[in-house]
Amino acid sequence: MTDAPIIEIRDLRKAYRMGDVEVAALRGVDLSVQRGEFLSVIGPSGSGKSTLFHVLGGLTPPTSGTILINGRDLVQMGEAERTELRKTQVGFVFQKYNLLPTLSAADNIAIARYISGKHKDGDEQFDEIIRLLGLKGRLNHKPRAMSGGEQQRVAIARAIVNHPAILLADEPTGNLDTENSTAVLELMRDLNQRLGQTILMITHNPEAAQYGHRTVRMRDGRIVTV
Amino acid sequence: MVNKLVIANLRHRPLRTILSAVAIGVQVTMVLTLVGVSRGMLADVANRSKGTGADILVKPPGSSPFGFSTNFPEKIIPFLRKQKHVTVATGTLVQPIGGLDSVTGINLAEFNSLSGGFRYLEGGPFKGPYEILVDEVYSRSNKKREGDAVNILGRDWRVSGVVESGKLSRMFVQLAVLQDLTANNGKVTVGYLKLDDPANTKAVIVSLKSQLTGYPIYSMEEFVSLISINNVAMLKNFIAVIITLGVLIGFLVVFLSMYTAVLERTREIGILKALGASPMFILGVLLRETFVLAVIGSVLGILFTYGTRLLITTFVPTMSQAIVPEWWPIAAGIALTGSMLGAIYPGLKAARQDAIEALTYD
Repeated sequence: MTDAPIIEIRDLRKAYRMGDVEVAALRGVDLSVQRGEFLSVIGPSGSGKSTLFHVLGGLTPPTSGTILINGRDLVQMGEAERTELRKTQVGFVFQKYNLLPTLSAADNIAIARYISGKHKDGDEQFDEIIRLLGLKGRLNHKPRAMSGGEQQRVAIARAIVNHPAILLADEPTGNLDTENSTAVLELMRDLNQRLGQTILMITHNPEAAQYGHRTVRMRDGRIVTV
Repeated sequence: MVNKLVIANLRHRPLRTILSAVAIGVQVTMVLTLVGVSRGMLADVANRSKGTGADILVKPPGSSPFGFSTNFPEKIIPFLRKQKHVTVATGTLVQPIGGLDSVTGINLAEFNSLSGGFRYLEGGPFKGPYEILVDEVYSRSNKKREGDAVNILGRDWRVSGVVESGKLSRMFVQLAVLQDLTANNGKVTVGYLKLDDPANTKAVIVSLKSQLTGYPIYSMEEFVSLISINNVAMLKNFIAVIITLGVLIGFLVVFLSMYTAVLERTREIGILKALGASPMFILGVLLRETFVLAVIGSVLGILFTYGTRLLITTFVPTMSQAIVPEWWPIAAGIALTGSMLGAIYPGLKAARQDAIEALTYD
């Protein structure tokens, strides 16, 4: 870990409009994440964890505040710049894996590289990532022919194949049994330690949260414990 | 990689892909069959006109090249026969009998001199007034043979012979009988002239035009060249209507297919967006899928035209359908235009999809 924070959030607010009602999902979040840190975010449903991830990942614009990712202010970004952010700076891992069902594991990973425009460059780390994730013999299988654990490992490979500044994992073990959960969490810790990958992980599970260097708790749209 | 995704998407729902391509194919076939039948029928008319052996045609004043509803006095025929270089002159009376069919009244001896004579496959020349000669195509499609009765113009005619196709008409009766029966005594519809040397055609036409004011006079070569879709206004308009329908069908088929695909793939679109795919990338995937469907549909449509030709030859032998390769790219272009138009709205809907809503879609 270095001293310069890779994520710097100040007074982040996000309000949704649901019909005529405005719902405040984030009500002033302050958070710093160091480069190479593995941060766990816990909190009850509706506390704003997922919204924080969606904003951080550029999937939805913030209402106000400051979010610096690698020194760039997300609040000032338009739709095209947020698309560019998702391409190059952020990798997502979802609870439901979210692999493209029509493509093989290898192609699910390859399409992330294609979209980022890095498919023409060689990647010395690609083989290491595949080896680390134990996917060597499963690359030609389609998601429906893979177990949940295998699918989640492919999703992790896809998320980090472009070497993003941050990996956002939203309940990555939520659909897995204990054995596969442990395997996935250990993989993430391994990626963090070996490749220095910055990881933010949402989880309901306090044991899973223990894999991070640090845990923050959210409640009612704010970070209440650091 | 995008092509891989496009092909994978199309293979993922094979039934929908096949049905969409077949529907586009039907639209392509519709256009190609219509054009093919038009061309085939016109080519048939041209061949049968050439089969008369005539060098020059004379038609009634004010008539169109393909109109057979007006007649002119038969006494002009002897006048034509007397012209320099003319060796044979004969008049025919064309009587429509419903649909595209007509019966032609001929002076058999003169027509034989003009055309070189019929080749009889069954029977022989007329022996009595109410006898009819039919060609082999009519005989086969209507199952009429020598000695059978054919009912046209309100009475029965005995088939005196079945002749080889290719000479002017499919049904022939004696000119005088037809004139009498249709109250066209002393009238003919077309005058056919054979010259001593076809090289004199131009000179004879110039001479005739100076003497027969207002009569359309064509060399056979010119008449045949006029037999094209562009010169038949009704056909031209009909083809334009079918092309419009074709674009509309392509639009609707692809619109429904792609709209369903976009709804079905909401989550996948969300995934692509999460990976950083731009709206143009997503629109591009949908448009490429549509392009592939239109290409497959066009190939199927072209193949189907061989099927429609077989059906027409088998069940309606009096009609003929030409295969028109020069219309293949046009029909494919029509399919592609309709399909692309149909893909634009679903494509834009996909491109504008909210990533978070799409990712949580079940």
